[in-house]
Amino acid sequence: MPHDTARRGLSRLTDRVYLSPTLWLCLLLAPPLLWFGLVYIGSLLTLLVQSFFSFDDFTMNVSTVLTLDNYRALLSPANLDVILRTLSMAAAVTLASAILAFPLAYYMARYARGWKKGFFYVAVMLPMWASYIVKAYSWTVILAKGGLVYWFYRSFGLSGVVDWLLSLPGIGGGTLATSNLGRFTVFTYIWLPFMILPIQAALERVPGSLVQAAADLGATPWQAFRTIILPLAFPGVVAGSIFTFSLTLGDYIIPQLFGPSGLFIGTMVYTMQGAIGNLPMAGAFTLVPVLIIALYLSIAKRLGAFDAL
Amino acid sequence: MTYAVEFQHLSRTFDKVRAVDNVSLQIEEGEFFSMLGPSGSGKTTCLRLIAGFEQPSAGSVRIFGQEAAGLPPYRRDVNTVFQDYALFPHMSVADNVAYGLMVQGVDKRERQRQAQAMLELVKLGDYGDRRPAALSGGQRQRVALARALIKKPRVLLLDEPLGALDLKLREQMQIELKSLQRQLGITFIYVTHDQGEALSMSDRVAVFNRGGIEQVATPRVLYTQPATAFVADFVGTSNVFDRAAALTLCGCDIPFSIRPERIRIGQDSPRDDELGLTGELIDIQYLGATSRFEVRAGNGKILSVVNPNQDDLDVGQAIGATVRLSWPKRAMHPLDAGENGHAA
Repeated sequence: MPHDTARRGLSRLTDRVYLSPTLWLCLLLAPPLLWFGLVYIGSLLTLLVQSFFSFDDFTMNVSTVLTLDNYRALLSPANLDVILRTLSMAAAVTLASAILAFPLAYYMARYARGWKKGFFYVAVMLPMWASYIVKAYSWTVILAKGGLVYWFYRSFGLSGVVDWLLSLPGIGGGTLATSNLGRFTVFTYIWLPFMILPIQAALERVPGSLVQAAADLGATPWQAFRTIILPLAFPGVVAGSIFTFSLTLGDYIIPQLFGPSGLFIGTMVYTMQGAIGNLPMAGAFTLVPVLIIALYLSIAKRLGAFDAL
Repeated sequence: MTYAVEFQHLSRTFDKVRAVDNVSLQIEEGEFFSMLGPSGSGKTTCLRLIAGFEQPSAGSVRIFGQEAAGLPPYRRDVNTVFQDYALFPHMSVADNVAYGLMVQGVDKRERQRQAQAMLELVKLGDYGDRRPAALSGGQRQRVALARALIKKPRVLLLDEPLGALDLKLREQMQIELKSLQRQLGITFIYVTHDQGEALSMSDRVAVFNRGGIEQVATPRVLYTQPATAFVADFVGTSNVFDRAAALTLCGCDIPFSIRPERIRIGQDSPRDDELGLTGELIDIQYLGATSRFEVRAGNGKILSVVNPNQDDLDVGQAIGATVRLSWPKRAMHPLDAGENGHAA
């Protein structure tokens, strides 16, 4: 009989939860809120508080004396240089990802059916299953002198074009692997799936009849794209660009493996807290991407990016 | 004479399925023309062939005498009201209505003025600033109508536009659509699977079945003189007698149909100009003004009978009772036995 009692007790508990929406929501949300609230937001806030602590360059000690020195240092020419370098790369990577991702996402959402849809899903997701480090290092081989890309442009007689690209200021460098072009290529490769999937999801929600209605009312395919498809897919583009943008802003591996010397925000944070132990300065640097993304979102909202949501 | 829309031996095949199979049809200017049929009968494909969302596999579509095959939708002088309305969710109601003028390059003030006039025509003058999501189904329907009409099309295509509305609203919109069509004088081509809707609004109706047309006629002719068993059964209800049943009943050699309301149910024998049979009453449905009776005849065939409810009507109305059915001979409508083999 104790078994029966236990079962009756359980079913009474189930009824209780079913009949009380508040209790149910508490049970539902407690684990994720605890996790996110304490671990995630909590650590971010700790970092924010630490960014106002002082760091003694001589003793290499952190003291809890509050100061604005770290933020003042952020605006020094050397550090502004780091921020601008990272920001321009993030912007270029985001733009290129959006341009590359849109046609593919459009095909996946509007044309691919059956096995083709499955194939493209897997093809886009597959690189995300592999280790990020492995992918990044494999590109060092691909871009190296005598590597795949080198062989490719040599056999098509494109050496002149590549040499010309590498001679351009800002983009170029000694070799592909040590140029900004190489760094940009690897970044775009690594983050592209994060752009494709949100755009595809946004396009998936646009009923085909809207495009037909536009054509019916006299819109040429280009007009229909500009006035219907693009505005409705824009929230997806913004979502994807938040991924590519913030991931580039925070990355510290690719800038070390590819491209010319000069620190990124990610490598700066890595150096500050790892090698030097200047956690307050690392905290101040961490705040930069957060502020940039917040600014970016508010501009996107003002442009009407979320009107269609 | 030039027709508003003319199909000549039009076919549309999807992966070997003949959605529209060798259809020829003429629709006159200013007509309220309905395409009626069950789902998958080809009526919507025909509409999409006129709109330009589909291109014919064979045959031709002419719009006011001009060949339309090969023209994309944005080069055709027809506009469509979609089944799901297809309103642009990111634009205001006024911008939705003005869309056709906007892509044409009409300047902003002029298109706002025309959109407002159109919204007033469909009695939504105060709703221009809202988003489509903030409107009810019936209001969205009117916006879709205004958006199509602002282009002043010579032919308006309507794809089951009232399908998502509830009954009362649907009946009201039927009346409004019909009076709008009379007022504007443009050709309406209306696709529906609802025979009541087709009968009440149309000047002429084409009944579609399996990619072909069974009959094109005015609603009255369609109802009183259905050409095939399919039409007799799909438009209203009919008691269809195939050839064998017709032979045993009256010795006639041709299949025929009788409408349920033409059959009298009772105990008296048929008069001179009438035919009749005896059967078992198996079901009664009280419908208010009328009652519907299901009667099983001697050969097992079930007949449907609808009679007005009167105080003095007494047929011994108990399920299982034996009743006599009688009907005037002229109520028997002969069916076209040969064509399409549907009247088997």
